Amino acid sequence: MNRVIPGLPLSLGITVLYLSLIVLLPLGALVWQALDVGWERYLAIMSGARTMAAFRITLSTAAIATLFNGVYGLALAWVLVRYEFPGKRFLDALVDVPFALPTAVAGLALSALFAKNGWFGGPLAQIGIEVAYTPLGIAMAMAFTSIPFVVRTVQPVLEDLAADVEEAAATLGASDLRIFARIIFPAILPAFLTGASLGFARSLGEFGAIIFIAGNLPLKTEVVSLLTFIRIEEYDYPAAAAIAATLLGFAFVLLFLVNMLQLWQQRRIGTGD
Amino acid sequence: MAREPLSPENAHAPRRIRVGDGPLARFLLIGTVLLVTVLVLVAPLLAIFAEAFRHGMGAYAASFSAPDTQYAIGLTLFTALIVVPINVGFGIAAAWCIAKFSFPGRNLLVALVELPFSISPIIAGVAYLFVYGAQGLLGPWLGEHDIKIMFAVPAIILASLFVTAPFVARELIPLMIAQGSEEEEAAVTLGAGGWRILRLVTLPNVRFALLYGAALCNARVMGEFGAVSVVAGNIRGQTNTLPLQIELLYQDNNAVAAFAVATLLTLVALVTLVAKAIIERLDAARVKAQGKPGH
Repeated sequence: MNRVIPGLPLSLGITVLYLSLIVLLPLGALVWQALDVGWERYLAIMSGARTMAAFRITLSTAAIATLFNGVYGLALAWVLVRYEFPGKRFLDALVDVPFALPTAVAGLALSALFAKNGWFGGPLAQIGIEVAYTPLGIAMAMAFTSIPFVVRTVQPVLEDLAADVEEAAATLGASDLRIFARIIFPAILPAFLTGASLGFARSLGEFGAIIFIAGNLPLKTEVVSLLTFIRIEEYDYPAAAAIAATLLGFAFVLLFLVNMLQLWQQRRIGTGD
Repeated sequence: MAREPLSPENAHAPRRIRVGDGPLARFLLIGTVLLVTVLVLVAPLLAIFAEAFRHGMGAYAASFSAPDTQYAIGLTLFTALIVVPINVGFGIAAAWCIAKFSFPGRNLLVALVELPFSISPIIAGVAYLFVYGAQGLLGPWLGEHDIKIMFAVPAIILASLFVTAPFVARELIPLMIAQGSEEEEAAVTLGAGGWRILRLVTLPNVRFALLYGAALCNARVMGEFGAVSVVAGNIRGQTNTLPLQIELLYQDNNAVAAFAVATLLTLVALVTLVAKAIIERLDAARVKAQGKPGH
């Protein structure tokens, strides 16, 4: 922007040095450890039954959690933007609870709710649904911790949506559902997908909330982050490095996807914001 | 916010119809969302307090008299006291260079600042182990010089620094970009130096965002579980922060104490959210008064 303001060398220097020490050095060490494992051993680790099961469980439960938050998050954003009602501000503040509440506390709370004598666990057990110690419990924990993502990405886009197109469509006799599907949803789609991807990424790496409710049985309810943790406790560092690096790879792919989605959105809106 | 449906210029227009404005759709959507929200967001919060006070006030209070728990409270406060100021400093430095200047690699730098958000805390913990652990990058050197970082307090602080690095920067960067640099430029022409400008012009303009970023950073430091549980080694009375203490108490079948400790962190979270709501209200008032984003 300009050169009269002082402090670029100092602030840039601090930023780059700090990021190098705090972020890049450890991630570099992780990649270095993973490369040290070697390709053949990496494949052997990753194709092990327990690792494969952990990835399958994590990906499928994260998909369920993302699906839930896609629907609930979109409805929540819609209600917050389009309607006025008592308690709206309170509802808006509640959305951020999963970001502010420690994951271990969230996990503890969910385990209490879904225990056999819990507020939800009791009634659910009577109709034969078990949540605690099942993949459903994992999905619940993931869904809870990633609630804000879809809401907070869709909300501003929905607020900026011009009313004229949908009004024109209404004047022409299009039904609400049709207008939503053909006009509104396409407009918020990039933001929606961004939020969903961020939530999915968060779910893939979630640990604290899950381990309290998952039961953590190998091959059944053991997620990738927990398996990584267990390998570390067993001093099986190559396996931990291989699994953690793979998870890191997933994170980078999703990050890339989110960046592409944001470019798409910017081009559509035509602003650089 | 939603557009005013009854502003003067469209009071004469034919009935404004927007999708979902029908009474039935409204009622169903608001009702369903409120119901689900009570079940998924309110119930967990209530459950924490219900479980903590299950055996009464006495049992709740007694939970905090255990020496391990008191140690965990102290360690958590100590960690926050170190990590939050460092990441506030980093956030200001990062926001200053990213918002006030343009240079090659600026977008990459923004992505790097936000990177810890996208990385599982477990990965962060494992990555730190591979730097400072006995088999890690610097392990042999640290061993020779008898410096202990892993499974000790320094590792807890480092892992917390990683996890919460983006919080302050992320609040400041968009705001400082939106505010522009005119005031700083004016200060330069008046002969002010960099530190003076930062202290008297820039920071007052972003003080609410800075406070909120610091509050979020604090809540996250106090509540960090995954990264810390990898690097702390869970040594009772030595490296247990509050979230680790919660897990330990829970495993010990001491549910009331686990939930009692959890209420502390829940209160930190709730205070953070209340602070956010107040800051947003103040900010809205300021935008109204000055016509510019202020935080």
